[in-house]
Amino acid sequence: MMGKRIGDRIIKFASLFFASVILVLVAGIVYELIKGSDRSLATFGWGFLITSTWDPVNKVFGALPFIFGTIVSSIIALIIALPLSIGIAIFLSELAPKKVRIYVSLMIEMLAAVPSIIYGLWGLFVMTPFLQTRIEPFLGKHLGFIPLFQGPPLGVGMLAGGLILSIMIIPTIASITRDIFNTIPTLYKEAGFAIGMTRWEVISKIVFPQARSGMIGAVMLGFGRALGETMAITMVIGNAPVISASLFSPAYTLSSVIANEFTEATSKLYISSLIELALLLFIISMLFNAIAKLLIKRGRFTQ
Amino acid sequence: MAKKLIIEHLNAWFGNVQALKDINLDIEENGVTAVIGPSGCGKTTFVRCLNRIHEVVDNAKVNGSVLLDGENIYSNTMDPVLVRRRIGMVFQKPNPFPSMSIFENVAAGIRLNGSKKKNEIADRVEKSIKMSALWDEVKDKLYKSATALSGGQQQRLCIARTIAIEPEVILMDEPASALDPISTARIEELIQQIKERYTIVIVTHNMQQAARVSDYTGFFLLGELIEFNKTSDIFTNPKDKKTEDYITGRFG
Repeated sequence: MMGKRIGDRIIKFASLFFASVILVLVAGIVYELIKGSDRSLATFGWGFLITSTWDPVNKVFGALPFIFGTIVSSIIALIIALPLSIGIAIFLSELAPKKVRIYVSLMIEMLAAVPSIIYGLWGLFVMTPFLQTRIEPFLGKHLGFIPLFQGPPLGVGMLAGGLILSIMIIPTIASITRDIFNTIPTLYKEAGFAIGMTRWEVISKIVFPQARSGMIGAVMLGFGRALGETMAITMVIGNAPVISASLFSPAYTLSSVIANEFTEATSKLYISSLIELALLLFIISMLFNAIAKLLIKRGRFTQ
Repeated sequence: MAKKLIIEHLNAWFGNVQALKDINLDIEENGVTAVIGPSGCGKTTFVRCLNRIHEVVDNAKVNGSVLLDGENIYSNTMDPVLVRRRIGMVFQKPNPFPSMSIFENVAAGIRLNGSKKKNEIADRVEKSIKMSALWDEVKDKLYKSATALSGGQQQRLCIARTIAIEPEVILMDEPASALDPISTARIEELIQQIKERYTIVIVTHNMQQAARVSDYTGFFLLGELIEFNKTSDIFTNPKDKKTEDYITGRFG
């Protein structure tokens, strides 16, 4: 009896301790990021966010091209990955025969386990030449009247960055969405069939509405991964702090610039500016996470 | 009376397990036919074969024929979706769509069938809910979630949803087994009220219920149809020893 109580108390304190470690870690990261960027904060203030110059020689630093590059490349990734992932999830949970289901699921999970440097290498040596010689000239020729598809086909650039990110987030979104579809009880799907719904109507009218909040969560997880991804996108996005309407133009992301320039940052202001970029990336990720939570909450049907 | 459904040499499997063995049976139009038998005897599988919902499950197979007004629902030219619009189904567990309101639950099937006019849909929803003896309880909360209703109300809503698509046959798979006695009585009353318009096939493990609501009864055991007759005959004068043992409570 006594021993049991002591066990309960140990468990209680131990779990409380572990839980508070998380809080301390997050608070510590935020504190260090703010402290590290104090020089940059003091020098540039809010102007840092809207300045598009990044000039280490003259010590003028602005974050706008990197914020632009990070968010736009992630949005492109999402636009490409979302329909594909939902299609994969529908196939795996509703349509595929059991054997196919097992093998395809395995492949998708393997895709998620591939190290990002391998995606980067593949992107640089296989994907970008293909983009440069085939896809971008084709798009420029037929859709060139849209600013998105103007400019010289370089291969590396925003389109390449978005594409490589989309490939990397498909496994995340597809496998979570598939798991959510699988949790929808058969009895609701059968009720749909019983009133004469086709398979597509069951998916769109029964499965989707019930899976909605979970799907938003899956999408936001994928988006979060895209925002923070560093290695692969650094290799294919072109690494130039440019804000351009064209998808063919090179760009730069917050994570890429930090990874590329940390070792060569000589002045204290330079280092401080890079840390402020890290702080911004942290805030952007948190912001999207919070929006996701809000959407999930609102997406729930009043029960 | 005319025969609404004629079932001939119906066999069904789950993977390699045969759930139904050579079932032959006629269902009378505008009658209530009860299907009784112990758990696992194939009675649920049997009704699920009558609207082709059995085949929705992985690895499920059927052969044999089910004639609806003389037309085989398993022929290659028959669309299972259209079959299910003519043969509705109420399930064991109340399953209103949780993402839809009470109104939408009933309207969903009507919209599928093509009618798009707003007031026409509203009329049919109201008519269906009234027929299911649920109107007075839900008329003030038609746009609230269906999951807020009690189990018995949810089941009557499911019946309304089925009636709304105006089927010719309604299959009921133990529709009252998850309900309390009062809700059960209301469902049974409802069956009596709607049987003039529909042909009803009801699965039940409750023999009193079969005796109360049905005109004909089939007794299933281990995937076989042991005996089929008028309900009064089955319960007063069973021909087969196994039927007698079951209805007198010797097993099951």
